[in-house]
Amino acid sequence: MQENDIKFLEDTFKKYYFDHFDLIRVPNRTSEREFGFQKFNSGMTRHISIKDDKELHLLLMKNIPSDVYCSNACYSFPNLPMNEKDWKEADLIFDIDAKDINLECRKNHTISKCNECNEISTNMNSCSKCNSIKLEKKSLPCKNCINASKNEVLKLSNILIEDFSIPQNDIHVYFSGNEGFHVYVYNSQFQQLGSKERSELTDYIMFHGAIPETFGMKKIKPNRLTFPDFDEKGWRGRFSKEVYGAKSKRSKIITELIANGYSSFQKTLDDLSDKIGAKIDPNVTMDIHRIFRLPGSLNSKSGLTKVFCTDLTKFDPYLEASFLNEKLVEVIANCPIRFNLKNTKFGPYFNEKVSVPTFAAVYMICKKLATIS
Amino acid sequence: MLELGADEYAKYPFMADAGQYLKDKGFPLVKFGTDPDLKPSVEKAFHRLKVSTEGGIYKSELIDGQASKSYVLEIEVFSFLLAIVLIKLTGMHTLTKRFALAEARRAEQHLEKDLGKASEKSKIDLAIKIIHDLFGIEIIKRDDFFEIPVADYLKHSTSFHEREWKLINRYVKDGKVLLTPEKTVRLIRKELGTYIGSKINNAPTPPMIPGFENMVNELISICKKLTPSYTTITGEYPPCIKHAIEVLEKGENLPHSGRFMLATFLLSKGQSVEEIAPLFKNAPDYNQRITLYQLNHLAGTSGSGTHYSCPSCEKLKTQNLCFAIPECDNIINPIQFGKKRI
Ligand code: SF4
Ligand SMILES: [Zn+2]
Ligand SMILES: [Zn+2]
Repeated sequence: MQENDIKFLEDTFKKYYFDHFDLIRVPNRTSEREFGFQKFNSGMTRHISIKDDKELHLLLMKNIPSDVYCSNACYSFPNLPMNEKDWKEADLIFDIDAKDINLECRKNHTISKCNECNEISTNMNSCSKCNSIKLEKKSLPCKNCINASKNEVLKLSNILIEDFSIPQNDIHVYFSGNEGFHVYVYNSQFQQLGSKERSELTDYIMFHGAIPETFGMKKIKPNRLTFPDFDEKGWRGRFSKEVYGAKSKRSKIITELIANGYSSFQKTLDDLSDKIGAKIDPNVTMDIHRIFRLPGSLNSKSGLTKVFCTDLTKFDPYLEASFLNEKLVEVIANCPIRFNLKNTKFGPYFNEKVSVPTFAAVYMICKKLATIS
Repeated sequence: MLELGADEYAKYPFMADAGQYLKDKGFPLVKFGTDPDLKPSVEKAFHRLKVSTEGGIYKSELIDGQASKSYVLEIEVFSFLLAIVLIKLTGMHTLTKRFALAEARRAEQHLEKDLGKASEKSKIDLAIKIIHDLFGIEIIKRDDFFEIPVADYLKHSTSFHEREWKLINRYVKDGKVLLTPEKTVRLIRKELGTYIGSKINNAPTPPMIPGFENMVNELISICKKLTPSYTTITGEYPPCIKHAIEVLEKGENLPHSGRFMLATFLLSKGQSVEEIAPLFKNAPDYNQRITLYQLNHLAGTSGSGTHYSCPSCEKLKTQNLCFAIPECDNIINPIQFGKKRI
């Protein structure tokens, strides 16, 4: 990134942190968490401990980070090197990203930027100018993609609430500031679980690894009575709703399932995970030493804020996560895709000088689709 | 601690504090080497051990008619404690493992029976209490099932490889996993074995007891025959690993899970972090510093200090990283590939 772009982003971010400190949520047990931050064009600083709001505020104003992070884990000594921190427990965190859902529409709003010649194109495999395959992809997620991610969040919370009895109050959903959502679970029985156990939880949530026997299907002499009932709880119930469709069809479908045999049943289960499993990134949940973007902080991939979603269904990130000011700035934009921020349409721009509000300028600069003119 | 009656001790002799128990009963160890009245206990201990080396579970004579009941009960507990003494005298680790496993199985049978006794509340309560005291798991009986909190279930089940133990294949309700008595007990089998094993490991090794020498020598020679050895018959990597290396060499993106598999595999083969790191340099998002950091983390040299092991074939299958070939038959983890048990 160029000097003047960095300068512009830093100024804007600084102002944001000054004006909107109230949006930043210092986590509970602050002094047991590990904090970290990144600055524009430089590496990560980790292993920081902070005791309260004030100290965090100071850190933000002093360093003007591009990104701020905080651990889901609690440690005795969060500021020591990893192996001396003394891990205590960690909140359960899930990451749902439009990228992983990979909808059809995604290619319509994804751009490749060539790392060799900077050409911007919609070609996904190689640069249309110099044929290089070193492409950086930038997506400007559409409503469709956001809605699909929300849907996965809902699937996930249902499982958490119904199967694991986690109170709704202990499930916090945040927009990640870019393409997805982070779901935090506090005070659960899972706080002290290690990676292996968390990975088993993710398989459960994603509906991975189910075997026919669990749903009543045996290799030899299958018994109709052991098949799930329509109104059962948990996965057997979800299976019923998806596979039988309606209560009235149960009997007929069981006959079919039995006739098709065991391995076909297994195939059905494998295919089901795509439909009824929640699409979370299992690696994120498994990692008990990770630092996560701090709620209320800015995401340098977009200039949007990681915000708490009070009402997920109504939530519109392009309205509710955009907090930067409206002062006009001149940029050279090379953004062939239209986007919508704060109820205003922008683009497409083809290597042209335009005057746009700061929030839109930051969005494009963060996506590397514009530079300060 | 539990208040146990004599027949509870006979069923679960590991609940007794070895040395203390014998002392309380007024039998110094040396007497067992010479006193003919105590000989049956020693023979029983020897038999108990031998059966365990053959992979069997020794059958107790709890309801044997020929001696008085209390006498038999005593022998049951004595023979268990003496078996530990014998193991200590041989110093053979295999013996510890086999015996602990066999005894765990034996106790398991009793626990299962006790838990399954729908009518006898006191038996169930005792079994529940034993499970609680030994493993800190709170289980609740509801109808024919036992309910265990999901987190406790996971702590104990993740080492099982059979797919039926995956959480997804269990009945989960209200934050609890529902298990039959049989499964409940199976769930803690390994810990039961570990618990008994640790009891043995922590027991002091007494000086040789006159009269025990022959038995000790015989046990040592049995053990020597038993110890299996693995030889490497091929230096080939399994298909999953080869595939991952190819992907990286082509500069294509290997998912995080694939990198995890590859790194943990190579680490377990004794390669160093520095040797492994270059493999990843063709990855589209390669960053030397991060790669080294992550590898060190996996190797346990940084981070939590836990050393991560290579995922099982089962796990890799669910991650679409498995490319099994006939040589993969009967292995549960890629690191076993190309080794043959002789
Ligand atoms: S069976 Fe195991 S070793 Fe063989 S390819 Fe699959 S994961 Fe690798
Ligand atoms: Zn190019
Ligand atoms: Zn889309």
